[in-house]
Amino acid sequence: MARRITSPSRSSTSASDWLLLAVTWQPREGLQTLIYSAGSSESADRGFLLTTCDCLPILAALHPSPERMSTRTLPLLFINLGGEMLYILDQRLRAQNIPADKAKKVMNDIITTMFNKKFLEELFKPQELYSKKALRTVFDRLAHASIMRLNQASMDKLYDLMTMAFKYQVLLCPRPKDILLVSFNHMDAIRDFVKDTPSILSQVDETNKQLIEIYTPLSGGEFQLIRQTLLIFFQDMHIRVSIFLKDKVQNSNGRFVLPTSGPVPYGTHTPGLIRLFSCSGEEVRRMQFRDCGNYSAALREGSFEMYGDRVIKLGTNMYSVSRPVETHMSGTSKNSSQHTKVNTTPNPLAKEELNLLARLMGGLEVQKSANTDSGFRVNLFATDEEEEEALISRPDELSYEVINIQATKDKQTNAELAKIMGEFGETGEPAPSSSSKGDDLLAMMDGL
Amino acid sequence: MYHKEKSIQLKSSASALYNNLSVLRIAPRCLTYFTVVHANVVNMVSASWDGLNYSHRQLQSKEGNVATSSSLIMQAAWCVLPSRDLLVLTSQKGIQMYESDGSIMVYWHALDTPETPTAKAVFARGIAAVREKYICVGVSSGSVLVFDVPSKGSNITLSEVLEEHKEAITDMASECSGNLVLTYSNIHITSCSSVKLWKGTVIAGYGTGQIRLYEGVTGILHAEVNAHARWIYSLDIAPFTGLIEHMYNECVTDTQICGAKFCDGDGYAFAVTGYDLSEIIRYTQA
Repeated sequence: MARRITSPSRSSTSASDWLLLAVTWQPREGLQTLIYSAGSSESADRGFLLTTCDCLPILAALHPSPERMSTRTLPLLFINLGGEMLYILDQRLRAQNIPADKAKKVMNDIITTMFNKKFLEELFKPQELYSKKALRTVFDRLAHASIMRLNQASMDKLYDLMTMAFKYQVLLCPRPKDILLVSFNHMDAIRDFVKDTPSILSQVDETNKQLIEIYTPLSGGEFQLIRQTLLIFFQDMHIRVSIFLKDKVQNSNGRFVLPTSGPVPYGTHTPGLIRLFSCSGEEVRRMQFRDCGNYSAALREGSFEMYGDRVIKLGTNMYSVSRPVETHMSGTSKNSSQHTKVNTTPNPLAKEELNLLARLMGGLEVQKSANTDSGFRVNLFATDEEEEEALISRPDELSYEVINIQATKDKQTNAELAKIMGEFGETGEPAPSSSSKGDDLLAMMDGL
Repeated sequence: MYHKEKSIQLKSSASALYNNLSVLRIAPRCLTYFTVVHANVVNMVSASWDGLNYSHRQLQSKEGNVATSSSLIMQAAWCVLPSRDLLVLTSQKGIQMYESDGSIMVYWHALDTPETPTAKAVFARGIAAVREKYICVGVSSGSVLVFDVPSKGSNITLSEVLEEHKEAITDMASECSGNLVLTYSNIHITSCSSVKLWKGTVIAGYGTGQIRLYEGVTGILHAEVNAHARWIYSLDIAPFTGLIEHMYNECVTDTQICGAKFCDGDGYAFAVTGYDLSEIIRYTQA
């Protein structure tokens, strides 16, 4: 039978950056435990906890408060992937010489949908990351939020590029908190795309404020947890991206190059120094050792405000008309790791996924253009033949298996879907017209 | 000083978690066990010392819901007690304990997880064996669960919950050293990912890439090493010789290291794991 023990007495002293908390107690088993922790009462960072159990030291290294941690990863994943998607689409629209007004409409429509208030409300709720399938479905939806169409092969390639780009950015961030600066780089670029449209710009600004509010107070340790959560999501993805291979940031086996030179992260010292201290805290000796890297001092810290120099270049637009967007489909080299199904969903229509999609569908307002002639198709490949070839030759293990709502024989699931659809009618949400929302849902069911 | 040996292949790659490698030496059978966490699975390899035989086993996190990822394993580590060795797995759902070869699960402790996700994540992490009969596990809320372990069988019980903290625990260490009173002094704190105890000295690895050595009794800072240009993920000590091993991504090309362990008490050999890597890389002294 477990017993919760709280301290009968507590003594604490605090100085500029330490807090001593001592507890002693003697439970009936004869265990005597002293617990100490250190750290500023203000900062979220902590050091480690020392406990003696039966007069034995047990140490625990502490991590900052877990508030708003790995349940806060989804918004960053979505915004950064969305940002990369916009960079790629922008480049392809130019490369295909799509008329400026149409191109602008596409970008505006997608950004409006991406920053839809209701959708973001849902997104920012503390929750686990979506499964890979669910997230891919969201981006499918987003890419088709306007008059632009993408074939399956192009959508697959778009998603490959988006995910590998963000994986690269997460891996190469000098320190975990820099992921937020990467996100701000994407936000800055998105703001630039819509700077001429005040209504959309204000949506983007609102979201930026929310990001600052939620994420700036988080500590390094909490960002490390976000980073670890993201890396689990991207685990075993080694698709080779032409632009990365050319820039020599990715090896031919699909793994990214990790540099051992350059500036150290902000807050880190260059390696090599050993300092020894006396009991009174004075430094008594210094020694140097050679490390095998070639590091220089840290650059200044990037800005976490609405506007400012982010310093970090990760997350800025690496594409231009002269640097085309291509991928090698032979992303599975001999040595690439097995495609382990971590988040396998035996029934793609598991209740959670349905609920998720229902909420998302409820939040996205699709502009059904009355004039279908204005619609056009964008190709992520150089030619239509290449696109078709890519579709046929895509390796099975790289298939994204987008959720197909129609693909079910399960009566119960159908009933659930019908119920969810029924719920949409009751939300009382203003839609462009009541029938278009229904059309929208049917279109989604047909299209997937 | 050390040279690379033949790597051990894993069934799946290593996740980017702290201290993502645990090693158990079974001298009577000339075997070494290794465990590496991949999301909600633990890959266990048993390697014979002559390098000829490898056998694999995979352990799943319990109550893993396939549609969601809320059963991620945070850490796997062996606890060496005088009468038995247990393999402990901590996850977002709870704590599992197995016989040392991973064959039988002898104990399961569920964490109080809320019905719907809250802003505060829940998981267990930080595993240490204490004296003859206790295994301590840290929880994200900052509590330490103390389990009473009998010398045989599955009658493991939760005997105490130490609740003095609000911060999530990252790592735990213990050693036999008699009567100690521990205090603290002024320490500049940043995120500490890995901690070891050796002869009363606390060795800790930090997010700034620094390693700090503290006098365990007084909490006084003895030494500070600007060891790395990146966050330290793992730290290990060879207990008989006092060698300290700390790795990140410097010596292993293009790999972010997430686990590092000495394979023996003298520090003759050590092993590392890296994110996205499906092998355990080994080094021995030249």
